[in-house]
Amino acid sequence: MNLTNTEYKKYVKKHAVPSPVIKDTVKAFAAGGTICAFGQVLQYFYLWLGMEKEIAPVMVSVTLILVSVVMTGLGFYDSVARHSGAGTLVPITGFANAVVSPAIDNKAEGLVLGIGAKLFSVAGPVILFGTLSSVVYGVFYYVLKAFKV
Amino acid sequence: MQVNTINKGVKTAKMAEMTIGIIKAFVVGGALCGLAQVIIDKTGLTPARVLVAYVCSGVLLTAVGVYRPLVEFAGAGATVPLTGFGYSLAKGTAKAIDEHGAFGIISGGLSGTAAGITAAIVLGFIAALIFPSQPKFRNLVSRNSTRKSQNEQN
Amino acid sequence: MSGIIKFGVRPEILASSAVGGYTESKGNLGRYFDLTDPTDKFGKKTFEQAESEMQRLALNFALKKSGLGPEDLEAVFAGDLMNQCTGSSFGLAGFGIPFFGLYGACSTAAESLILAAMSVNAGYFSRAAAVSSSHNSAAERQFRFPLGYGCQRPPTSQWTATASGAFIIGKGGESTGVALTEALPGRIVDKGITDQSNMGAAMAPAAAATLYTYFTESGNHPDDFDLILTGDLGREGHEICYELLSSSGLRLGENFTDCGILLYDSEAQDLHSGGSGCGCSAAVTAGFIMKRFAESRLRNVLLVGTGALMSPTSVLQGLAIPGIAHLVRFSSL
Repeated sequence: MNLTNTEYKKYVKKHAVPSPVIKDTVKAFAAGGTICAFGQVLQYFYLWLGMEKEIAPVMVSVTLILVSVVMTGLGFYDSVARHSGAGTLVPITGFANAVVSPAIDNKAEGLVLGIGAKLFSVAGPVILFGTLSSVVYGVFYYVLKAFKV
Repeated sequence: MQVNTINKGVKTAKMAEMTIGIIKAFVVGGALCGLAQVIIDKTGLTPARVLVAYVCSGVLLTAVGVYRPLVEFAGAGATVPLTGFGYSLAKGTAKAIDEHGAFGIISGGLSGTAAGITAAIVLGFIAALIFPSQPKFRNLVSRNSTRKSQNEQN
Repeated sequence: MSGIIKFGVRPEILASSAVGGYTESKGNLGRYFDLTDPTDKFGKKTFEQAESEMQRLALNFALKKSGLGPEDLEAVFAGDLMNQCTGSSFGLAGFGIPFFGLYGACSTAAESLILAAMSVNAGYFSRAAAVSSSHNSAAERQFRFPLGYGCQRPPTSQWTATASGAFIIGKGGESTGVALTEALPGRIVDKGITDQSNMGAAMAPAAAATLYTYFTESGNHPDDFDLILTGDLGREGHEICYELLSSSGLRLGENFTDCGILLYDSEAQDLHSGGSGCGCSAAVTAGFIMKRFAESRLRNVLLVGTGALMSPTSVLQGLAIPGIAHLVRFSSL
């Protein structure tokens, strides 16, 4: 009982029920793989429809976003995600879920300050740091290109 | 007759190629997700941090020239995970710089991902108007249990 | 310096009631609730309003059982988990009873009971109510993620109960035959735990400290009690608390359990470490424990209401989660 904070933290860490890493990972692999495989099927379908090679993958993303939005709206996405973990977090569907869920959640607080302001409360960091790193990359790319030419 | 056989052969070859493509997407996409799961479980990083890390890694891997071959190999297996979002950001930036020079540094990234972001925002807004807010795990959380627990016997 | 309060005039529990949500209705103690709502919304538009409605319903049921009206109560001590305690103030405004809003995180049930009993014992009020509540959806929104957000919870995480419990405490008149005989207000204990998904570990040292103080100072033995209940440590925190006490030479027996463990069905409901929230200990005590007293199956019970005193801001700023544990003793008359 007279443990110091450091000792207690160590003890708690040892005591904590560990996450079932292998089971979680297998589930995440299967779920994430299935989403990506479904995306690939869609991609072939869109190409078969005659879509341009550059456009098809983008439309795949848009379709997956739509599916994720509907599933989130119906309240299924979190029920699946509690099992699939990163398998539904990492694909673009997870990004869509992160945008939609706070929007639905905060609709009672109004269109502007509820939905509008909270839409990015979870997905915002992804857009911020993604854009930031693309600008950093852009600077490097531009400078390297200028030197080469 | 002969043309038909050739067509059939082409069709079978195409089907085989597509099946392999789908398997590749499954394995690569699954692996990217599985890796994220290991990171979350082992390090206790929050999902938000892992997503940020994935997007930034996507940009970095594209910058060093690793990600494009992966996209060519695995298709949706590489573009659907969030690293693919980073890939689109980087690809958009490079393309815009090639076309417009320095201006592309600030315009390229978001142009490359505009469709995805716009779809998520617009669909998200529409969904917020249509769907009600629901309690967590309503669909799976509770099963009827007739079993009497030990605690109740005490 | 004994911190134990002994109630001389024995404030009695005149009535109690518990209201709960869907998950609670499917748990071990589902049938001990006076009312459960499968939608969790209690006819309201938002989950925050639903939490207020639960408090109103709980107090209403308790009043009905006691045969009293709101005008018979001289004060109500109430609290919940929401920002600025709006769950209580909005829910109880309509009664017109003098109101004290409390925040003791999940320990609020025990805290409100102690304060109501103290004021009745001191003679300031002849009757007072203690009400507390928590709502899973409201708490998730405030402390964690949006409800529809797909995230996995670690095994040590707990499930905030959607529940409310109300007690009416007074002297004389119709009584349930249960009195509050002792109380030990807890001290804040901070052991440096920052993990929001392991709140049991953050609160366990506080619970252990309060129990240790109680047993050393009162001279009572753990076996004197039919039940020693911690508020919402969950399985994880409960084990830690047990081990901490054992290492100090205080061995608790089979009668040591936790409201968060009792509330849910751990096999059919995948809720990890167990229940938490003010509503957890409030509803378990007001519904299940009081019923067991009425059936004379319990005569002496200790409730240690545990609370994790953090806010979403303090967690984001990386501060540790301080714990608190208030002890209150119920005895049959």
